[in-house]
Amino acid sequence: MSELTSMIMSKLNYWVYIVLMMVGLYAMIAKKNLVKKIIGMNILQTAVILFFISVGVKKDATIPIIIHGGAAESHALQAANYMNPLPHVLMLTAIVVAVATLGVALALVIKVYQKYETLDEDEILARLEDE
Amino acid sequence: MKTRALIIVFLFGGLLIYCTLDFPTWGDPLAPASKHVSPRYIERTVEETSVPNTVTAVLADYRSYDTMFETIVIFSAGVACLFLLRIFRRIEPETQLYRHIPSGITLRIAKGVKPPRESREFERIDLMWVPHDLIVQTIARLIVPFSQIFALYVIAHGHYSPGGGFQGGVILGASIILFAISHNLRSSFTRISEKLAVILCGLGVFIYAGTGALSIILGSNYLDYGALSRVFGVDAVTARSHGILIVEIGVGICVMAVMVHLYYNLASAGRHDEGL
Repeated sequence: MSELTSMIMSKLNYWVYIVLMMVGLYAMIAKKNLVKKIIGMNILQTAVILFFISVGVKKDATIPIIIHGGAAESHALQAANYMNPLPHVLMLTAIVVAVATLGVALALVIKVYQKYETLDEDEILARLEDE
Repeated sequence: MKTRALIIVFLFGGLLIYCTLDFPTWGDPLAPASKHVSPRYIERTVEETSVPNTVTAVLADYRSYDTMFETIVIFSAGVACLFLLRIFRRIEPETQLYRHIPSGITLRIAKGVKPPRESREFERIDLMWVPHDLIVQTIARLIVPFSQIFALYVIAHGHYSPGGGFQGGVILGASIILFAISHNLRSSFTRISEKLAVILCGLGVFIYAGTGALSIILGSNYLDYGALSRVFGVDAVTARSHGILIVEIGVGICVMAVMVHLYYNLASAGRHDEGL
């Protein structure tokens, strides 16, 4: 029983991120409104970012800033004492790029609204067929 | 459509959850993700770049190609927004609206009549119902300078504490967007014009790429900041940390300008009038 509990506890955060990712994916597929689709895309991006940050965690480790910057030779630096910096770096840029893609997506939505005066997918398709 | 989407989502989610059973346990120091290259980063960063913050060193030195092209992605997002939305020829309305701020009276100025000069007393508005929020404007005026100082601290102190160009640039952009939300777009154009924002977008990328080109000119590889030691007059390791700072400043300028520029275009749908 305790083995099962520890297994669940060690995977629980990944499951939460998968649920979050599926919420975003569902919104992207099923929602008709284009803005809701964009919100779904952002939820999916957030899930991926959380997942990567979670991968970089090490137990009993501190943030990847070497405290005794100059005196590193005095005591050996153990990599297990510092969290993995690589996912932090990748997600740092991914967050800002997510904002940039959000901006471009909203710009496209504004253009669609100016042309078809609706954001509903079915109505846009109906107007496309009328032309 | 909804049932099909649900089936896809549950299938895909179940598959992913099944895959997590093979994952290493959470927080395992021996997980594959933290085995190959990341211990080297943690152990050698200080002696190779003299930057205590490993994240900053990896971002701007070890993986600076990656970061440079991320900056270019952000730059192209700003440019794409400009080309998608910007409307240069505007149809001016028949009557222009001006608000007399002390009394709150709205003036209609007919075509051909000389409008009042914009000042503390008069501001141009587009819609009748937008109120003049004195409290919001005053509070925003108080917050903006402090958040800008904090943003500069985050950029400059990225070597020693969590921070860097991306975060500082976003805070700097947010302070200007706060000003633009609380006042209106026209008054924020007097602080940072559209032209300046676009120039700053390019300038940030130019600083980054120029630092790399300078390393080539000084006889090293592209973006190898160790070559800058002759420019700064310090040893190669300290020159790396100086190079990281320059690159971070470039990233900060680019991110700030793109955030502001995206807001300008999205808030007014490219018309650059009063905005939200």
